Amino acid sequence: MNWIPKKRTAESNMKYLSEFRDAALVKTLLRNINKTVTGQWNIMEVCGGQTHGLVRHGILDMLPDKIRMIHGPGCPVCVTPVSLIDKAIELCLEHNVILCSYGDMLRVPGTEMSLQKARAAGGNVRILYSPLEAVDIAKKNPDRQVVFFAVGFETTAPANALSVMQASNLKLTNYSILSAHVMVPPAMEAIMGDKETQVHGFLAAGHVCTVMGLSEYEPLVKRWKMPVVVTGFEPVDLLEGIWLVISQLEKGEYQLQNQYKRVVSNQGNRQAVELVKKVFEYRNRDWRGIGEIPLSGLFLREEFREYDAAMKFKDIKVPEAVETECLSGDIMKGKIKPPECPHFGNKCTPEHPLGAPMVSSEGACAAYYQYKMQS
Amino acid sequence: MCLAIPGKVVSLEPTSDETNRPGKVSFGGILREVNFCFLPEANVGDYVLIHVGVALSKIDEKEAMETLKYLREMGELDELDPEEENSGE
Ligand code: SF4
Repeated sequence: MNWIPKKRTAESNMKYLSEFRDAALVKTLLRNINKTVTGQWNIMEVCGGQTHGLVRHGILDMLPDKIRMIHGPGCPVCVTPVSLIDKAIELCLEHNVILCSYGDMLRVPGTEMSLQKARAAGGNVRILYSPLEAVDIAKKNPDRQVVFFAVGFETTAPANALSVMQASNLKLTNYSILSAHVMVPPAMEAIMGDKETQVHGFLAAGHVCTVMGLSEYEPLVKRWKMPVVVTGFEPVDLLEGIWLVISQLEKGEYQLQNQYKRVVSNQGNRQAVELVKKVFEYRNRDWRGIGEIPLSGLFLREEFREYDAAMKFKDIKVPEAVETECLSGDIMKGKIKPPECPHFGNKCTPEHPLGAPMVSSEGACAAYYQYKMQS
Repeated sequence: MCLAIPGKVVSLEPTSDETNRPGKVSFGGILREVNFCFLPEANVGDYVLIHVGVALSKIDEKEAMETLKYLREMGELDELDPEEENSGE
């Protein structure tokens, strides 16, 4: 789903990638980080994509011991409540729905099974790259209900809003979305509000800010007196972001900075935000493993309720949730690192996952498993 | 699904539909259909970031060059710093 070309060589020759993976610049930044750091600092990268970057490029091992990276809750698949997964499974198994989803969602365990198992049991589950493809499927299958499992942060919300607009323009009556959208700033607020938090500064998720711009972060910086640096995903980006955060911390400053200026502008993408606000509204949302976070979820507005699968299929019963052995909550709050989970690599593997962080492409457990176990 | 890599705009099709502005983007030679309705200012030849089939931002070449230039200069200054050389990195 991430569209990363299979061949690493082709990828690293691409413009705006290879330059930001340059070994000399990585070395320069590491040297400056080493020169700057004197205190013991904990920095949270909120986004799971950045967690993967840090692990995959070996950055965690290069950083001085004084800097501890805490992996945040930035994996939208991991925080999607079990009840929604159960609902998606129920829709395709019992209600003859064509259930469209991103590939990441496929192996995430629900209460009784995953979407993958539902597909094996005869459910019509289609793996798509974009919700716009689901609108096409709805157009071509007028006699079937098509539901898109709309999981994601601010980055995927514009495409989902657009899919609803397209369906509305086409007057489709057989398309709806199961919205599991969550927003990053309320989660950062919740993390800082947690008395046990050990976070001193944040790398904010570059691509989320691509859409939303920077304005939501200013109040967080002021209220919690902590540095926030909007950061990209390549090794040079990540190290520069870390360097900017610790430079502030060492000086006792707290500011909002933008490391990722080549992509993120102050105002974000206004057209995208406008459409998201037209289609969705903010409400409280339950985060799997973490609990409810105020005004952290996007739900379809009243005017668009006919495209809301949660309304359309209101009466669907889902199995009662059972206790799980997965420690995803502790992982996402940064309390433990994946290898510290007793199930990591034995009872819980990508083939037999106990929790979402082991199978999502942005999950922290998957990152450690792929890059650490294999090296 | 939040991750995206830069791609180059290869073609853009004219359209009057505000929810559909089709174009093609090349990712190191791999071509993909992309909807440009949130990025009307994009031109053929621009580098853009795409999320789940929708173009959301242009890569600002000037900003990219400035970041790289600044970091390279920082590296050159380091080389002139004898103390640093002695610290046996
Ligand atoms: S290793 Fe498995 S069980 Fe442990 S937290 Fe990660 S996903 Fe959950």
